[in-house]
Amino acid sequence: MRLDVIFRVTAKIIIPFALVFALYVQFHGDFGPGGGFQAGVVAAAMVIFYAIIFGLEAAQKVFPPRLVELMVPAGIAIFAGVGVISMLLGENYLNYSPFAANPALGQEYGIILVEIGVLVTVSGTMVAIFYSFVGRGR
Amino acid sequence: MALLTLLATITIGIIRLRNLFAVVVLGGIYSFLMASVMIVLDAVDVAMTEASVGAGISTVLMLATLYLTKTQETVPAHTPLLPLFVAVATGLVLVFGTFALPPFGAADTPVNLNVAPYYLENSIRDTLVPNVVTSVLASYRGFDTLGEVAVVFTAGIAVLMLLKGKRNMKPGPKRRRVR
Repeated sequence: MRLDVIFRVTAKIIIPFALVFALYVQFHGDFGPGGGFQAGVVAAAMVIFYAIIFGLEAAQKVFPPRLVELMVPAGIAIFAGVGVISMLLGENYLNYSPFAANPALGQEYGIILVEIGVLVTVSGTMVAIFYSFVGRGR
Repeated sequence: MALLTLLATITIGIIRLRNLFAVVVLGGIYSFLMASVMIVLDAVDVAMTEASVGAGISTVLMLATLYLTKTQETVPAHTPLLPLFVAVATGLVLVFGTFALPPFGAADTPVNLNVAPYYLENSIRDTLVPNVVTSVLASYRGFDTLGEVAVVFTAGIAVLMLLKGKRNMKPGPKRRRVR
């Protein structure tokens, strides 16, 4: 499929916009539908799309398997770490109120940080599973 | 109603077909229809997840699996009568259960009476986030979401161990010889 012009051109047009859409879903999740999980899946789907059209090696050059496998535990570490920080600041686990002077604003910052953790784990897991499926060979 | 009819048609197609490649493609179509149903029910988050996970990523993973195995389903050796009976009986019990459900979207059901009004009234005051789904998921119920991420993490680690572990077994004896 690597030589098919239509697929290659379409992929080059779609992938940047879809990645921006993933960021939009991620950071606009406070106002519209979406959030870390949906954004992570859309971003991972674009990496998989890239790998299908341009080959596994090209995708692994951009997103090395080591990095992707590191993302799987890193995201949950971010999420749990936010909870530990809020405990160190003298609140309950995962209560984000002390992150800003205004408790409600602190909650909003905490939600953004936690959603980044969700994004990292979900996209890392999806791409890592895809890499291990495709890299297996017959 | 049209969507549900299409869903039923595709399900029958999936049952009848023996070519697994076609079944995987039909499964992707099924997921897209399911996403449309979710949009009709105003659950856009779920629709997005269903469209990208169900129709996108899992279809690709299924195709990758088909590449590793055969694409033709073997004819089952036993008769399908007992599984059919179990499935029909379970379905009938579930349909019977839906008769006791309150009407769709009713405001005076227990689900909508306990904490839901508090979330709807105080989400903006507590978190400055207008999307209540996000504030419930990440703030009010943050610990549950941490558990959900842990589920994704565990599933990913388990699949990686299953798929990558076998490859390490092949160079095993060689490594022992070097030592």
